[in-house]
Amino acid sequence: MELAVNIILGMMLAATPLLFAATGELVVERAGVLNLGVEGMMVIGAVAGFIVTAESGSHLAGITGAAIAGAAMALLFGLMTQVLLANQVASGLALTIFGLGLSALLGSGYSGLSIPALARIEIPLLADIPFFGPLLFRHEPMFYLSILLLVLTGWFLTRTRAGLILKAVGENHDAAHAIGHPVVLIRLLALAWGGALAGLGGAYLSIARTPLWSEEMTAGRGWIALAIVVFAGWRPNRALLGAYLFGGVTILQLHVQGLGIAIPSQYLSMLPYLVTIAVLVAISASPSRAMLRAPGSLGRTFHAQG
Amino acid sequence: MIRLERRPETSRAMLWLTPVLALVLTILVGMVLFAMLGKDPLQTVAVIFVSPFSDLYNLSELLVKATPLILIAIGLSLGFRAGIWNIGAEGQFTIGALAGGAVGLAFHGTDSLWLMPLMWITGCAAGMAWAAIPAFLRTRFGANEILVSLMLVYVATLLLSAMVTGPLRDPDGFNFPESRLFEGSAAMPLLMEGTRAHIGFFAALVAAFMAWLLLGRHVVGFQIRLLGEAPRAARFAGFVEARVIWFCLLVSGGLAGLAGLFEATGPVGQLVPSLPVGYGFTAIIVAFLGRLNPLGIIIAGFVMAVTYLGGEAAEITMQLPNAVTAVFQGLLLFFLLGMDVLSTYRFRLRRRVRAAT
Repeated sequence: MELAVNIILGMMLAATPLLFAATGELVVERAGVLNLGVEGMMVIGAVAGFIVTAESGSHLAGITGAAIAGAAMALLFGLMTQVLLANQVASGLALTIFGLGLSALLGSGYSGLSIPALARIEIPLLADIPFFGPLLFRHEPMFYLSILLLVLTGWFLTRTRAGLILKAVGENHDAAHAIGHPVVLIRLLALAWGGALAGLGGAYLSIARTPLWSEEMTAGRGWIALAIVVFAGWRPNRALLGAYLFGGVTILQLHVQGLGIAIPSQYLSMLPYLVTIAVLVAISASPSRAMLRAPGSLGRTFHAQG
Repeated sequence: MIRLERRPETSRAMLWLTPVLALVLTILVGMVLFAMLGKDPLQTVAVIFVSPFSDLYNLSELLVKATPLILIAIGLSLGFRAGIWNIGAEGQFTIGALAGGAVGLAFHGTDSLWLMPLMWITGCAAGMAWAAIPAFLRTRFGANEILVSLMLVYVATLLLSAMVTGPLRDPDGFNFPESRLFEGSAAMPLLMEGTRAHIGFFAALVAAFMAWLLLGRHVVGFQIRLLGEAPRAARFAGFVEARVIWFCLLVSGGLAGLAGLFEATGPVGQLVPSLPVGYGFTAIIVAFLGRLNPLGIIIAGFVMAVTYLGGEAAEITMQLPNAVTAVFQGLLLFFLLGMDVLSTYRFRLRRRVRAAT
């Protein structure tokens, strides 16, 4: 029981940064924009969250700072791809390269420092329920935030008029433009949302999980988040499943190491990346792929004629 | 009100002017950045752009840095033209170094002329094999080659680390995670004694020349260009997309693998976990800076080599953090992509149309 709780708990912790980033990118891609710069936005969020928390002493300020920094990065991408009509794939790569460099520069004075970790909130009474208490009701506030934002995103995409318009823009930007929706504006807003969430995912790593800053601490999680969006078929509820699946793989690797099985640790560390590939292949090859179709205008440049 | 209008034809002048403009803008923004870090901007820029040319050794180091960048970027540019995004060159670089290097280590102490070519072939083949994974998964299952090739970078880096702490570790190396040194027949022949510049530079030039021939003179080059510019037309013309995907990924993987082997057996001299230093990613910038054109890529490779060396010099003489180079390179790619709008679109001033009364 104790071990099961620990494993599931570890999985939830490992999944949370992925869930933040994937939830954000899902909205962006639903609006028809492919932002491959998730890794860059996450790592900027991580460094911004850490610096602001260290300087102000307030976690809330750090979390807010991370979201703003992530959104600012996303808007830079928006300027490139929506206003200057640059190629989205190349701009996303640029955002990642730039983000990794900038975060290393900003954080160069902060590596080795530590900040107090984000405290857990124990919900009274509920936290004492055996098994479910520790799993569901004893977490850092950022964990609850990740779930809340996912639910909010799901509600927005399926239950609101604005969500419908956003999806219309993503399916066919020319048609959406023709009936008068402001395609570029909607996409910029979606990008800012995606960037803010990627920033939160990064901040979760540097504030809550390990209250430290180290260069490239996101270690490819931004790219895994992109894979989760594909896995989820661009639907929020499946993104939750995807993030927890990948979180599980990460944690499995740690537990196998803990069991003392004589495999060099490097091979176990490969697991999340190999599983990502395997899942991508399985999803891409599955016969139900038609149901998981990417948004129609995904990655295409929109230029209003006339 | 200013609006964008698509040019009937891509502007040739702008095509070559935009990289220069982007470079100038990057330097200007860089100067602001230096000032913010409390350094004299003019002096810093002078250090970055003058020191790489200060003596023969620095000039030879330019060749050392430019060689892998050009080799990898030439391969990547083919795929980028066709809309096939191999962004895992860093992994193919690592695997090439690992496999080719392993051959060299297996024949440690052997003195013969065939060893080096055998290592080259192995390194190149291993890079191809690593790139074949995304090619196969894309053509067979439709899996996204961007994500697959990128995930394999992490796998390759971990594999290198596992190998140099395990089977390939130097038996006399006091348990340090590093292989034996590549010596004698297993070491890359140098261009000049006392420098690290090696004959791999000629391989880069040959690769660029072959790419130029391919793109301008060969039907495969035409297929690559058409697939990128007009995919529908390419399909109507009966070109098999899968074949182009395989071709682009194998060529770029092979060249990246070769670059990795050169790096390990030349400038670095052994297999170490820190061998992949990001050439595979910087080469993406080189490919775009060179406008995906072989000659342009050679020039761009040298420009980027200058930023590496100049960045190192500024780190020492001006106490700049070493991350500045990466920021610089990221900015450059941004400006390049952003300025592209000038070659395919033009700005038109338009008065607001007043409604007829």
